Amino acid sequence: MRARIRTARKALALAAVASLGTGLLAGCADDGGDDSSGSSSGGKGKTTITLGLFGTMGFKEAGLYAEYEKLNPKIKIAENVVERNENYYPALLNHLTTNSGLQDVQAVEVGNIAEIVNTQAAKLEDLSKVSGVNKADWLDWKWQQATTKDGQTIGLGTDIGPMAICYRKDLFEKAGLPSDRAEVGKLWAGDWNKFVDVGERYKKNGPEGTTFMDSPGGLINAILSSEKEKFYDASGKVIYKTNPAVKNAFDLTAEAAEKGLVGAQTQFQPAWDQTIANNKFAAMACPPWMLGYIKGKSQPDAKGKWDVAVAPKSGNWGGSFLSVPKNGKNVEEAKKLVAWLTAPEQQAKLFKVQGSFPSAQAAFDSAEVTGAKNDMTGDAPIGEIFAEAAKQIPVQVIGPKDQIIQQGLTDNGVILVTKGKSAKEAWETATKTIDNNLDQ
Amino acid sequence: MTTRHDTAAPPVKEGGAAPGRPPADAVSEQEVKRRAKLSRRWQRDVRWSPYAFVSPFFLLFVAFGLFPLIYTGWASLHQVELTAPTDMNWVGLRNYTRIFDDEFFWNAAKNTLTIGIISTVPQLLMAMGIAHILNYKLRASTFYRVAMLAPYATSIAAASLVFVLLFGRDYGMINWALDVVGIDPVDWQGDKWPSQIAVSTIIIWRWTGYNALIYLAAMQAIPQDLYESAALDGASRWQQFLHVTLPSLRPTILFTAVVSTIGASQVFGEPLLFDANKGASGGAEHQFQTLGLYLYEQGWVNQHLGRASAIAWTMFLILIVIGIVNYVISRRLRASS
Repeated sequence: MRARIRTARKALALAAVASLGTGLLAGCADDGGDDSSGSSSGGKGKTTITLGLFGTMGFKEAGLYAEYEKLNPKIKIAENVVERNENYYPALLNHLTTNSGLQDVQAVEVGNIAEIVNTQAAKLEDLSKVSGVNKADWLDWKWQQATTKDGQTIGLGTDIGPMAICYRKDLFEKAGLPSDRAEVGKLWAGDWNKFVDVGERYKKNGPEGTTFMDSPGGLINAILSSEKEKFYDASGKVIYKTNPAVKNAFDLTAEAAEKGLVGAQTQFQPAWDQTIANNKFAAMACPPWMLGYIKGKSQPDAKGKWDVAVAPKSGNWGGSFLSVPKNGKNVEEAKKLVAWLTAPEQQAKLFKVQGSFPSAQAAFDSAEVTGAKNDMTGDAPIGEIFAEAAKQIPVQVIGPKDQIIQQGLTDNGVILVTKGKSAKEAWETATKTIDNNLDQ
Repeated sequence: MTTRHDTAAPPVKEGGAAPGRPPADAVSEQEVKRRAKLSRRWQRDVRWSPYAFVSPFFLLFVAFGLFPLIYTGWASLHQVELTAPTDMNWVGLRNYTRIFDDEFFWNAAKNTLTIGIISTVPQLLMAMGIAHILNYKLRASTFYRVAMLAPYATSIAAASLVFVLLFGRDYGMINWALDVVGIDPVDWQGDKWPSQIAVSTIIIWRWTGYNALIYLAAMQAIPQDLYESAALDGASRWQQFLHVTLPSLRPTILFTAVVSTIGASQVFGEPLLFDANKGASGGAEHQFQTLGLYLYEQGWVNQHLGRASAIAWTMFLILIVIGIVNYVISRRLRASS
C-alpha cells in the first residue's frame, strides 16, 4: 500500500518536473507558425492583419484602419507599435532572420532600408506587381531606395521628409536680416557656404544669447542629405573618409561651430528641447514633421513667429516604408492593405492629420497638401514649399551603415568643436570611432 | 555508505526485524522477491528523487544560463552579423586578440573601474553610516526603512531621466545651484570626470539604501550585552562602533563588497540613459562608456555579434579574476580575525 502511494507521488513529481522541463524547452522553440495563427483569425470569419510599426506613424490616428475595415468588412486591422526605432529595428532583424514573430506588415525606417534591401530581400514580398501599385505615383528616388539590384521592390514608401529652412521672423528682423521667405531663400540659394555667411551676419547684430542655428548635428545632416553621394558609392563601397563632399560638410559645420553660429546642443536631447522653448536659435533645417516637434516644445507665444524658406540645396530627412514578410499568415491580404495605405489619396489624408509628407508625387496637387497651414508658421503655404523641395531632392546613394557613420560624424565629431576641440581633432575622433564601429 | 533508515526500520504492515515476527522460512519465495523489488525501488527513490526535485532549477539554468554561455563562446570565435546570425565565418581567436589593441575596449575597462570605485566606496560608507543611525531607537523607524528602499524600487529609466535633467549643462538644477554659490557651470555630460561622477551619483542614489538595510539587519543581530559591557568599560559611542559593530559586521561587509563589485562591473543602464539619443557610445569621446555599454554597442548598434560575444567572454574572465582576488582577500581577513 505504502509503496503504491510512494510510487504515485513519485510519478506525480516526475510528471511535474517533465512538464516544467518541456514547457521550458517549448518556450525556446520556434513559435512562428502557430503563434500568428492565434492572432490572425479574428473570430466570426474575419481575417486580422497585424502591422508592426514604430514611433507615431499615424495610420490609426488618421482613421485609415477604420476606413479600410469599412471597405473590406471581412478584414480587421491590429497594430503593434514600438516607440523607438532603435528598439524596433534589431527586433525586426531578429524576427526576419529566424522567420518567427513577424507581423503581416512591417514598417522600415529610411535609415535601415538599405540594409534590409541588401540583406533581407529574400524574406520579403515583391510589392511592385500588386494590383493598384503604380510605380509612377512615387518620387523616383523613394521607389529606388526600396528596390533591389534585380528589380524587386520590397517596401512601399509612406512618407518622406523634404527639408527646408525654418526660421524665426522676429529674430531675423532683430538681426537686420530680411524676413520675407522669398528674400531669405535668395540669401543662400544654391550654396551652403552662403548659408554659413548669413549666420555670421546674424551673429553680428542678432540678440545676445541666441545662435543662428540650433546645433551642429542639424547643419551637417542638412548638408549631407543634399549630396548625391555621401558615405557609399554606387557600387556599395564605403567612401565616407575620401569623399570630398563629406569632408566639406564636416569642415563647414566645424567652421560654423568654431565661430559660434550653432548652439552647442545635440538634437532631441532635453537640453535641445529647452532651447526651442526659450527661443535660443533663429533657424533650423526642418522637414514637415519637425514643425510638429517645434510646436510640441514651444511656448504658446511662439505661434506664428516661424516661417519656412527654401534650403540652399534640398535634401531628405526621414520617412518610412511598409513591407510584407513572406512568412506572414495573410500575405495576400497584407499586400492589398499596404497598396491601399500607401496610395496617394491615403498619403494625403495622413499628411493632413499627422504632418507626414507624402512620398507619392501624385498627392502633391491634392487639396490636403496645397492648402496646408501650420500653427507655427501662420499663413506660409508650407505644402507648396515642401512639395517644391521634394521634387529637388537628388537620387542619393544610400548604404546599410549610413546611420552609424552619420552618428559618428555628429555625436563623436562636430559636437566636439563646440567644446573647443579643433576640426582636425574632431575628425580624428569621429573617423576612429566610425572605423571601429564598422569593422566586423 | 549511509544507513538506509527507511528500509532498515520495521515496516508497519510487512513486519520486519521486530521481535515476534514469524520465522524466516515461513515467508514464501514470492514474498521475498516482492520485498527485494520494493527495497530496490525505495533505494532508487531515495537516491534519485532529490535530483528530480532540484532539476527544475538546473533545467532552467541549462536553457537560460549554460547554453547561452557556451553558444556565446562559440559565436565569439566567428565573424557573425545580426543581419544573418546563422551565417558564421570562422575567425579563430581573432576577436580576442584584437581586444588587446582595441583602445575602445580598454577605455571602457578603465571607465568601468573608475565609475566602480567612485560609486561603490561612497555608497558603502554612506550605507554604513545610515544603518548605524537607523539602528538607534527612532520614532517611525519603519517609515525610514521603507524610504531607504524607495530608490531601489524605482526604475533605472525613470531615475536616469530625472538625473539627466538635474545634471543639465544649460538648464540643470545642479548647475543653477553651483551658480548661486559662484561656481562656473559644469558640463556634466561632455567632460570626463564630471560625467563619471554624475553616472556614479545615479548608482549611489539607487543602491545606498539597499546596502544600508543589509547592514542594519546585521547590526541588529549583534548581541546587546557586547555594547553594555563596552559601555561599562568606558567606551564611547564611536569606540563602540569601531570595536564592537565593525568587527561583528565583517562577513556582511565582505558580502556587500563582493555584490557591489559584481554590480559595478556590469554597470549598463545608467550610462546608457545618461546620454540617450547618442546610441551607446557613452559620450562624445566615450568618456563614460562602460564595458557593458561597449558590449551592447558592438552587438546591437553595430550588429557585430561575434565581437560582442568575445567582449562578453572577456568580461566574464575578468569577473572570475576579480572573484578569485575577493576570495583570497576574504580568506586573509578571516584568518587574521
